[in-house]
Amino acid sequence: MSMQAVSDRGAGLFGRLSDTLWRRPGLLIFLLILPPAAWLGIIYLGSLFALLAQSFFSIDEFTGIIQYEFTLKTYAELFRPSNFDIILRTVVMAAAVTVGAAAVGFPVAYFAARYARGKWKAIFYLGVMMPLWSSYLVKVYSWKLILAKEGILNWMFETLHLGWFLNAYLAIPVIGGNSLSVSATGTFLVFLYVWLPFMILPIQAALERVPHSMLEASGDLGARPAQTFRHVLFPLALPGVIAGSIFTFSLTLGDYIIPQIVGSSRRFIGQAVYAYQGTAGNIPLAAAFAVVPILLMAVYLWIAKRQGAFDAL
Amino acid sequence: MHSDRAPLGLKVAAGLGLAFMHLPILLIFVYAFTTEDKSYQWPPPGLTLKWFAVTWGRPDVWQALWLSVKVASISTVIALVLGTLCAAAVSRTKFFGREVISLLVILPIALPGIITGISLRSAFNLADIPFSFWTIVLGHATFCVVVVYNNAVARFRRVSGSLVEASMDLGANSFQTFRYVILPNISTALLAGGMLAFALSFDEVIVTTFTAGQQQTLPIWMLEELVRPRERPVTNVVAMVVVLVTFLPILGAYYLTRGTDTVAGQGK
Amino acid sequence: MTSAIRFSGVSRHYGDVRAVDNVDLDIAEGEFFAMLGPSGSGKTTSLRLIAGFERPTAGEIRIFGQVAQGIPPYRRNVNTVFQDYALFPHLNVRDNVAYGLMVAGQPKAQRHGAADGALEMVALTGYGDRKPSELSGGQRQRVALARALVNEPKALLLDEPLGALDLKLREQMQEELKSLQRSLGITFIFVTHDQGEALSMADRVAVFNEGRIVQIGAPETIYFRPETPFVADFVGSSNVLPPEFVAQLTGRKAHGALRPEAVHLSEQGHSATVRSVSFLGAATRIGIRIGDVPMTMLLPKSDTFPKVGDTVTVNWAAEDLHVMDRA
Repeated sequence: MSMQAVSDRGAGLFGRLSDTLWRRPGLLIFLLILPPAAWLGIIYLGSLFALLAQSFFSIDEFTGIIQYEFTLKTYAELFRPSNFDIILRTVVMAAAVTVGAAAVGFPVAYFAARYARGKWKAIFYLGVMMPLWSSYLVKVYSWKLILAKEGILNWMFETLHLGWFLNAYLAIPVIGGNSLSVSATGTFLVFLYVWLPFMILPIQAALERVPHSMLEASGDLGARPAQTFRHVLFPLALPGVIAGSIFTFSLTLGDYIIPQIVGSSRRFIGQAVYAYQGTAGNIPLAAAFAVVPILLMAVYLWIAKRQGAFDAL
Repeated sequence: MHSDRAPLGLKVAAGLGLAFMHLPILLIFVYAFTTEDKSYQWPPPGLTLKWFAVTWGRPDVWQALWLSVKVASISTVIALVLGTLCAAAVSRTKFFGREVISLLVILPIALPGIITGISLRSAFNLADIPFSFWTIVLGHATFCVVVVYNNAVARFRRVSGSLVEASMDLGANSFQTFRYVILPNISTALLAGGMLAFALSFDEVIVTTFTAGQQQTLPIWMLEELVRPRERPVTNVVAMVVVLVTFLPILGAYYLTRGTDTVAGQGK
Repeated sequence: MTSAIRFSGVSRHYGDVRAVDNVDLDIAEGEFFAMLGPSGSGKTTSLRLIAGFERPTAGEIRIFGQVAQGIPPYRRNVNTVFQDYALFPHLNVRDNVAYGLMVAGQPKAQRHGAADGALEMVALTGYGDRKPSELSGGQRQRVALARALVNEPKALLLDEPLGALDLKLREQMQEELKSLQRSLGITFIFVTHDQGEALSMADRVAVFNEGRIVQIGAPETIYFRPETPFVADFVGSSNVLPPEFVAQLTGRKAHGALRPEAVHLSEQGHSATVRSVSFLGAATRIGIRIGDVPMTMLLPKSDTFPKVGDTVTVNWAAEDLHVMDRA
């Protein structure tokens, strides 16, 4: 038997190609990364930069033709009161939704991560997953049913003889309106509902990473459960909350469908972008509006990264 | 363990939170059977099955459904290929650009959909690309990559250590190692990622409104009905069917990735 | 004897970290060779360099005379038993063992026959249809061994293969590996941090520290004639005596190594204070101090042991004090 130290088996085309790739590991990585990087880099980033570029153009107010010259005029328009209101309203809504989602979501995540075992663990997991993945439009639609004047919520208030309360609430300016389905409160509820799972999952992930022994250690050192929660668990869950807030904040900033279906006629950034690029044909202003959420998110992400939120994603 | 009992307040809050997430969807199921066809009246004045028959006979619903299935299938295939390649590259080494690549993959889903949508739309306009089936797919595949990637990358990391070395040590070249060791070990993660990508694409509306021309996917059809209701009961039935249909891939993905390090939905 | 593996000035650096640093090594064909050292000493990296999972940053490796440079792992006729066994979780035991033959294109019947033969060799007949997850740690270890050996490698590389086993199983496997190596007659290269394991199994031992080989030799040489304080201390915890002390005794100013069992209570000799007494079963370990030189001694079973704080007289045979001129 010949005692070859090196085998030449499988020396076909694939074998030789494999040898080449082994000798040049950088080439293999390059070949692997090329298609996705090209797709995302050219199609996605290319489009994104094209959009950004357009925000530096302006539109001729009389002819409605885009002038391809560098100007900051379009950005200045964002600060006109009517436009700036839209930005402010959207940011306030996004912040409110984020706080609301954290408040409603934290107990669910906390229970699922700390106390749910076995069957209940699966129920809670699917219980968050199902709404997360079920159709966005269907979820919005369900709230149109709920909030309608003849719908279930009004019916409940009437049945409980609390109609006066609802009417008093709707009489409050800004958050009220003719009915819940055309009020800012309605918009808030739908946003909260639709983005809630995005808040729960990262919090749960962060809490689940807290070793049980650490909580026992805290109790062992004399901390009452409330103190353990406050000094150990909550700081460790905070990156999860921030990670979740990235989703809720970003998703609210860019949504234009929910306020269009449930809410008052006051516009949000997404609606402004949609309207300016569509019927108004003012692509530069639409682009400038689109830059606002990007900038806001960039700042937000920068802060979040410093808080270590990305580990909880 | 006695110390491990949840406080009552927490139980109630968690239960209410869960109920808040599910009751609205269940409500749809009731509305699909209502006899009322002009308003969203509650409680329903009567129950009927006739709207299922009406919906069944609507060609526009079938067309929209068929288009959505086609778009989702092709987008999923593209996302599977791109996401797997990306996960393979990122898990393989600590090359300098891996953070950049991760960011690039996540960006289309991290940024609001309207930005992805309007970017693509204006790029299509600039490049004189007419809106078509393929422009929809282009957009969908872009944001579906992240779902596949997230599902695959964790599994890749686990496989790419000593199992790959063992395979090569035993005489398998790179291609054989991929075929006989890597693929069998990541297949469930890929299947789960593929299902979720399908669900994501099937449901997408925001980007689609910008990248579709006259084409109507099912979500676009629903959006039209929401903005300008024509036949509410048909919308109710379609909404219920959509809920049922999207649950299947979610359940499937859950069972496929259960007990592993991958959390199925984290990509979305 | 021909050379199985030869390292000439081999280094593997990761930036500033010198995992393997300018190592020369010559392993003979048919030898049972142990690489011994603490974790991070470069022994596992050296093994991975032979297998082809790592590439040297400098130097040359020859495998049975052939330069290994540019040859991928799957073309090297060496096989590895991994520390975590790295059994394929999706394949049953038989297909795991037959994997190497499968990718080489052997037909199913033939490779399954060979796999069953290899399983028989490691006393796992009848386990072929099980999944690796259904096996115990010791059984997995045997499967990993069978999977490597079925390819008839010219050299078998074992990376801490017994590390995950409990003590009793480990001793049994040491015996079996040794006799397996004798009957197969191929080169075994065995990485371990356990000095007892290295000494009891290997024909020769290379002691690694900080990326370099500090001593190569037969187990007895390493044990009785360590060349550096590190080897004296790491291989069997000798007393390492400071040069000044050794100079007083021998006139040669260098570190000395003195095995604990070589020190005994005596009528004449050095006056020492007892610092600690630990009962070990077969022997008792006494910590003493001669002047300011700490030392341990092992006393066989006896009725009378000194107590902590006692002053005793200890001595040793002059030839037991090994002077390490090299350090």
